[in-house]
Amino acid sequence: MFLYICRRIVYTVPIALAVAVVCFSLVHLAPGDPLSAVIPADAPAEVVERIVQAYGMDRPLPVQFFSWLGRAIQGDLGVSVATGRPVAGEISRALGSTFTLALAAALLGFLFGTLFGTVAAFLQGRWSDRLVTGIALFGVSVPHYWLGLLLVIIFSVQLDWLPSLGGGSGSFGERLPYLILPAVTMSFIPMGIVTRTVRSTVSELLGSEFVTSLRARGLSTVSIAKHVAKNAAPSVLAVMGLQFGYLLGGSILVETVFSWPGTGYLLNGAIFQRDIPLLQGIILTLSMFFVALNLLVDVLQTLFDPRIRRS
Amino acid sequence: MQNVKSPSPTPPKSADGGKLATQSRGYWATVWRSLRRDPLSIVCATVLVGLVLIAVFAPLLAPHSPAESTMVNRLLPIGSAGYILGTDELGRDMLTRLMYGGRMSLVMGILPVVIAFVIGTSLGLMAGFFGGWVNTVVMRTTDVFFAFPAVLLAIAISGALGPGLGNSMLALTLVFIPPIARVAESVTTRVRMLDFVDAARASGAHSVTIIRIHVVNNVMGTVFIYATSLVSVCMILAAGLSFLGLGVKPPTPEWGLMLNTLRQSIYVQPWVSVLPGLMIFITSLCFNLLSDGLRGAMDLKR
Repeated sequence: MFLYICRRIVYTVPIALAVAVVCFSLVHLAPGDPLSAVIPADAPAEVVERIVQAYGMDRPLPVQFFSWLGRAIQGDLGVSVATGRPVAGEISRALGSTFTLALAAALLGFLFGTLFGTVAAFLQGRWSDRLVTGIALFGVSVPHYWLGLLLVIIFSVQLDWLPSLGGGSGSFGERLPYLILPAVTMSFIPMGIVTRTVRSTVSELLGSEFVTSLRARGLSTVSIAKHVAKNAAPSVLAVMGLQFGYLLGGSILVETVFSWPGTGYLLNGAIFQRDIPLLQGIILTLSMFFVALNLLVDVLQTLFDPRIRRS
Repeated sequence: MQNVKSPSPTPPKSADGGKLATQSRGYWATVWRSLRRDPLSIVCATVLVGLVLIAVFAPLLAPHSPAESTMVNRLLPIGSAGYILGTDELGRDMLTRLMYGGRMSLVMGILPVVIAFVIGTSLGLMAGFFGGWVNTVVMRTTDVFFAFPAVLLAIAISGALGPGLGNSMLALTLVFIPPIARVAESVTTRVRMLDFVDAARASGAHSVTIIRIHVVNNVMGTVFIYATSLVSVCMILAAGLSFLGLGVKPPTPEWGLMLNTLRQSIYVQPWVSVLPGLMIFITSLCFNLLSDGLRGAMDLKR
């Protein structure tokens, strides 16, 4: 077990390194000179040269990459072109908001997804099952940014119950109303997918022989459900982990709709101000979280279900 | 598994290349017969065909020109005289713009998946069939792309490349190649182990022939179903990129972009502003349902 976990961690290193390479090359993917935002168009050649040297852009690419990576590991992601402030500071300020939103959406989505999925699996084929499958389908088909807009229209414009913009300020209680609409909006995607997963996993288990034998021995539905839950946990957990990662990394659209002060909103600004260091820093941070999350899910899954340990 | 009831199950594909063509026609006919009996799939297919036709023939069908704007008629409500679905923030007819908007939105939702399907399947076939270092190179590269959440990757690439139709299509294509390649690889690896491939190889068939005739036919179905399920994701993501301002530029009518510009008007005409999003939702829902129906119909083999 310990050996497996070690191997899994070691396997993550090249992936993380490759992710860093992709993030680094984003700068060079961008059309034009990456420094064009810093250098005035009429700057004399020697000034340009000095700026290029100051940014280290005159060195060969691999050297640039490793010095960039070395600084990134130490928490130095460069300076934002737009604001002149350190990128790391900007990101860490926004990260908390994104985390809060993702966590709230995940809690809602996982709770209702598990509930709906279990109910649908136990009531297979009835109208309630159809209803739940319909909800799941809605969750995966609806453009969530549009759903957010709909919720704003209903609950902010028409009913005037909840605020529609920003993250609020002050105590948690004062900020909570701002969280509700974006969190509900974002929870629909994981809810749909978790419902589908739970439904198919649980209904497969309910048809398996060991459940039949438990039934034959006269166990109550509750204790059968316990057995089923234990067996369904690893694969459902894996899906949930992945979904949480998607919520963290994919919140840009919802954050833009609600002007939620998180990394997605920051990223949106960085794209349109051509603030490449900020863009690079956000992508790197979020994808590293995703890589770490994948590792965590894999390790947890093996702890839950030793059968998964392969080769 | 419930679909086994079907009266004419597909015959397993034989190693005989000559016979294969007629048999795969039989297979598709069976799929079509089973799909035809599924009312939901038929409804969805009809809606999608209708949307495509409306988009193609928009110049003939639309009551106005998509660029014609009359400032006096700004933000009219749904049901106004001459403007059945109201007007947008520049006084342009919503019905017309929704019809024209389907062109860009459908192309941006479908084309990246089609291109990714061709490239991803080729990569997956190569990786699965040749194994060894080819497999290692292709699959480890896809692993890197899997280390990014899909939405973030699409936005990162098109954000770095800058706004524009071509750039956002490129970003979407790049996002969908790795998952398709991974599915194609795993199916190919399984098919490669089957006896009829060994038989073909023993009778001296060239690798290219084996892939072209025996492997491709057996891999395509699964990968195709998977790719159709990605179209709805691509629709939502493509419109999302336009919604952020990374896709087409105004005044081109496109559902995502229309939703973005109408966002400012939710206090004036809330129900007009949600119409473009409704179109995205209907399209993606239909693609999802059709893909589910297709999966059921094509699952006859098992």
